Amino acid sequence: MAITLNLPSVLATHTGGARTIEATGRTLGEAVADVAARYPALAPRLRDKEGKPYPFVNFYLNDEDVRFRGGFAAPVQDGDEVTVIPAIAGG
Amino acid sequence: MTQASIASPPLTARPLRCRNCGAERAAAPIAICEECLGPLDPVYEPARPLPARETIAGRAPSLWRYKEWLPFDGDPVWSLDTGFTPLVDAPALARRFGVARVWVKNDTVSHPSLSFKDRVVAAAINAAAAFGLDTIGCASTGNLANAVAAHAARAGLTAWIFIPEELETAKVVGTSVYGSRLVRVRGTYDDVNRLCAQVADRFGWGVVNVNLRPYYGEGSKTVAYEIAEQLGWRFPSAVVAPMAGGSLLTKLRKGFGEFGAAGLVAGGVPRLYGAQASGCAPIVRLVERGGELQPELPRTICRSLAIGNPADGAFAARAIRETGGWAAAVGDAELVEGIRFLAQDAGVFAETAGGVTAAAALALARDGRLGPEDEVVLCVTGHGLKTLEAVGNALPEAPVIAARLRDVTTLVEEERTWPLR
Repeated sequence: MAITLNLPSVLATHTGGARTIEATGRTLGEAVADVAARYPALAPRLRDKEGKPYPFVNFYLNDEDVRFRGGFAAPVQDGDEVTVIPAIAGG
Repeated sequence: MTQASIASPPLTARPLRCRNCGAERAAAPIAICEECLGPLDPVYEPARPLPARETIAGRAPSLWRYKEWLPFDGDPVWSLDTGFTPLVDAPALARRFGVARVWVKNDTVSHPSLSFKDRVVAAAINAAAAFGLDTIGCASTGNLANAVAAHAARAGLTAWIFIPEELETAKVVGTSVYGSRLVRVRGTYDDVNRLCAQVADRFGWGVVNVNLRPYYGEGSKTVAYEIAEQLGWRFPSAVVAPMAGGSLLTKLRKGFGEFGAAGLVAGGVPRLYGAQASGCAPIVRLVERGGELQPELPRTICRSLAIGNPADGAFAARAIRETGGWAAAVGDAELVEGIRFLAQDAGVFAETAGGVTAAAALALARDGRLGPEDEVVLCVTGHGLKTLEAVGNALPEAPVIAARLRDVTTLVEEERTWPLR
C-alpha cells in the first residue's frame, strides 16, 4: 500500500530536500514507521521514543485530522495523502 | 502613520528559542523548531535596562510604552497607536458576581479594529517590517482578519486573509473594506489554520499567526502590563479571559510574571480563569479532566472562540492550574445573557466572546471559585457590533410611535411594564 507523505519545509533538511515521500503500511502508524526506518534523522521528529505521535505535530489524512480517525491506528489505503503540520495556534 | 524618527536604531527582531527542546536560532519568520517541531519563543537580553514605573507612565499611551518586553530591538515603525485601552470599573458587575471589585479590560475599543487582535498584529507587522516582508496574512475566525486587514492597509502592505466560509457579516465586511485579499474557505477554523500553515510554507508571506507567531504572540502580554499599571502598579486577585487557541492565558501569565520579576509590581501572579463556549470547550475539558487535549468539532454561535484543536491548549491549561485558577464553559443562551448583562452593568457592548467571558465569570462566582474578597478583571476582547446576529433577536423590539408628545406620555406611564430589560 503506497501513500504519499507531505512534509513541512522545516523537515525537508532531513530527507535530502524532498518535501513529498512515499510510504507503505496498513495504518498511519505503520507508514510513519516505514518512513522512520528509511530516514533515521526524521524519525524522532515524527514520533516519540514509544512510537506515539507528539501532541504538537498534527497528521492529516486526506485533509482530515487523524485524531478523529484513531490517530496512528487509522487505516490507510493506496493513494492516500498524509500531511504533517506542526501545531500552530490561531485566533 | 507615524514614522520612526531618523535618529532611531533600525528595527530588528529578537532571536528565537524552542519552548520544547531549548534549541536557539537567529530571528526569522519561522514558528517551528527545526530540531523537534516545538514552538519557538523570542529570547530577550536578560541584562537589558528596564524602565521604572515613572518612565513607563511618561510614555505615549500605547502598548509600545512596554517596548522593553516586546520582541524587538530599535523602535517600531508601524501601528504605533495601538493599545492602552480603558480599564472600566464595574461595581454593578461586582454586586452581580458577589466579589469585592470587578473591572473590565475593555479591548472592544481597541484601535484600529475594535478587538484585542490589534495588539498581536501590532507586534507581528513590525516583525514583518524587520524581515522586509511586503505581504502579510492570517488564518482567522474574524477579529484577526479585521486587524490584519486594517494594520496592513495603514502600512501599505498586501494582506491575504483566510476565514471559514460561515462568519458574521460584520467580520467579512470589516475585512474586505480595507482592500485585503479575503478568501473564504469551506470548513471550520481548524481547516483554515491547517491550510495557512501550508500557505506560509509555500509562499513565504508573513502569516501573522503562523510563521510570525513567536513575535505576534508577545503582543498579548501587553494586556497584563496595562492591567497592572492601570490598577496603580498592582495585580488583581483573579483574571477571567476567553480561550480560543489558548495563547492569551499563557501570555497573561508571562506578562504578569515579567512585571513581578522586574520589581514593578509586588505579589504573585493573579489566578487565571479561562472561558469557552460549551459547544467548543476542549481547553475547559482539559482543565477539568486532565490527560491530553481532545480536539472537538465546534458547535457554537461564538465563532471567534470556535477553535476545536487549540495548539496552545495544553499550555493554557497549565497556566490556569499553576496559578490556582479554573475554567468554565457556558452555553449559547448563557453567553447571550452575558452580552446583555455586561452591557447593562458595565456599559460595555461585547461580541460573543465577551458574553462567554462574562457568563463564565458568573458561573465561576456561583461555584465559589471567585469569592467575596476577590478583585476580578474580565478581559473583554471584541466589540459587540461585530456579532449583532448573536444578540439582536434576544432583545425587545423598540416601540414605534408617531411624533406626538401624547405617545411618549403613554410610554412613560407604561414604563414599568415596558420590557426594556
